[in-house]
Amino acid sequence: MTATVGGARRAATAETLGSGTAWQPRDGLLLEVEDLHVEFRTREGVAKAINGVDFELRESKTLAILGESGSGKSVTAQAIMGILDSPPGFVTQGEVRYCGQNILTMPEEQRRSLRGPEISMVFQDALSSLNPVFPVGWQIGEMYRKHRGMNKTDALEAAIKMMERVSIPGARQRVKAYPHQFSGGMRQRIMIAMAIALDPAVLIADEPTTALDVTVQAQIMQLLQDLQDERKMGLILITHDLGVVADVADRIAVMYAGRIVEQADIFELYAHPAHPYTKGLLDSIPRLDQKGQKLTAIGGLPPNLLRIPHGCAFHPRCVYAQDVCRTDPPPPLLEVSHDRYSACHFAAQVMSGEAVPTDAR
Amino acid sequence: MPGEVILKAENLVKYYPIQAGVLRRTVGQVKAVDGVSFELHKGETLGIVGESGCGKSTLGRMLMRLEEPTGGKLTFNGVDVYSQRGAAMRRLRRDIQIVFQDPYTSLNPRKTVGDIIGEPFEIHPDAVPKGGRRRRVQELLDLVGLNPEHINRYPHQFSGGQRQRIGIARGVALNPKVLICDEPVSALDVSVQAQVVNLLEKLQDELGLAYVFIAHDLSVVRHISDRVGVMYLGKMVELGDEDQIYSRPTHPYTQALLSAVPVPDPTLRNTRRQIVLSGDVPSPANPPSGCRFHTRCFKAQARCSTDDPALVLRPDGEGAHESACHFAEARAVI
Repeated sequence: MTATVGGARRAATAETLGSGTAWQPRDGLLLEVEDLHVEFRTREGVAKAINGVDFELRESKTLAILGESGSGKSVTAQAIMGILDSPPGFVTQGEVRYCGQNILTMPEEQRRSLRGPEISMVFQDALSSLNPVFPVGWQIGEMYRKHRGMNKTDALEAAIKMMERVSIPGARQRVKAYPHQFSGGMRQRIMIAMAIALDPAVLIADEPTTALDVTVQAQIMQLLQDLQDERKMGLILITHDLGVVADVADRIAVMYAGRIVEQADIFELYAHPAHPYTKGLLDSIPRLDQKGQKLTAIGGLPPNLLRIPHGCAFHPRCVYAQDVCRTDPPPPLLEVSHDRYSACHFAAQVMSGEAVPTDAR
Repeated sequence: MPGEVILKAENLVKYYPIQAGVLRRTVGQVKAVDGVSFELHKGETLGIVGESGCGKSTLGRMLMRLEEPTGGKLTFNGVDVYSQRGAAMRRLRRDIQIVFQDPYTSLNPRKTVGDIIGEPFEIHPDAVPKGGRRRRVQELLDLVGLNPEHINRYPHQFSGGQRQRIGIARGVALNPKVLICDEPVSALDVSVQAQVVNLLEKLQDELGLAYVFIAHDLSVVRHISDRVGVMYLGKMVELGDEDQIYSRPTHPYTQALLSAVPVPDPTLRNTRRQIVLSGDVPSPANPPSGCRFHTRCFKAQARCSTDDPALVLRPDGEGAHESACHFAEARAVI
């Protein structure tokens, strides 16, 4: 069997697996996450990393998950991929459905057959994610050997094709080189080549450009976008960079202390944020195209997940916080206008700009 | 607007030897900083930007004389920094201080915050009399927005942003005139970055400090800087006022760099044209001949691979600022 690299290969994938389960998205809906809860049982106590996360991903769409460190954005990705360190991490509640089927309850073997051909992931730090003692071509080829049963020669040939696809110059000469012999941007391309080798329907990119310089970041984001267009891939982009998100995402989910606090279409969210945290983030970043703007920092610190504040987790840092925010249970993510969701008692006022700071901080 | 020149760098050079073989013979040199000149005025902020490996951190360390130069001259208030020794050099160090990038590794985990911020007073005992040191440290903690009662805590009890404040308190403890900030906000969360940037601006107003602000984040640099220098492979390729660099860049590298920075505004998505550079930054051990940028430049011509363009005033449409390109031409890219 030879490698068929390129478009229109979804049917062939299912065939070679011989499982008969052709994964077909219903109405373009690829992935649904519903009421996901993840906790880490540590010696210091139970850290509630994710406390009820809902979102869905459609074909050819890019969903950005935005959050700071500790907001639970990477844990969400790990839970979807099924690569959570367990123990200490446990999914305690919720469902992750791929093409309508809950993948959290699947036997491990079936789950493994999904990882790669259906759902795949690009990690942040390419140097520590690649194995230093194997050549890169061998590592990319592993996808073909394990999932497609190719022999070494064919797998290597397919790896070269993949390396060419992600624009690594001199792919044929460098296929036997080791990760440390590549630059940061090239290593990230190799990670991407591995992730898309089996033409996944869903690609999760966890901070794919954080460690890279801006000129290289631009190259990588362009590459991801080209691949997405070519393959109708659904992309989940996990990042903390509001600039990158503005350039590529269709939809955006903002996470804070393990919850999605706002979810909206990208244009709506930047124009009229409906959650004080989103608004605070947008007001606190300097913009390249403006000078002399005042940076309004969000006071305080992100919460410790072992001790998430009562009520709305953001209330200690929120300029609009009132008593209800401290006493009532965390506000649910509710629709504030068409297809826009915010988890704030005063979402409507924040969105319209009528909210009044209470100085209660 | 600019005050008197406080720090002047002339043709600074730093090469690191590459040693190989059992005899550790020098087989080559990494040209980390290769002829950088600039002036820093009293009370201003000079931003230094560039990608990783361009030599901006090495430059920062040279300004502190944490690295001995291979060549060049650095004058602080008319005093030649590199020819000072012993007590005279120590005295000079009081006026030039540094804040490091990583607030996790730049603070000694076994010392309390009081010891860390008070250490400069041990080295310079005449700065503050012994009895008043603890109070001075508490004043400093208050100045950078930390609780003065936390003087006996250890670094691990603080968050990243708070640790960076500790680093800044240590940096300003001796009332320096120049503070070198080497990527002071890169390791921090987005919502915390603004706190530290605002703190640095406040301290500049209150203490009249001059900053050399080294960073790779062009948005932050624009926000805080009065003047900006752009570095590529050990050389300064463009230097000018913040407005000249960001609104009328004339060097192709600056233009490419600026065009690649994403702007947090989705409505601009298809209006900005990105100049995508091919390839990676060449190795500083074997930099390209002529203009170091010619291997990746979209304007390169035969002359660029032989003649090294000087960093001199070149017209930018409205006036002129320093740029190191034979074909310098202003182009708005933001």
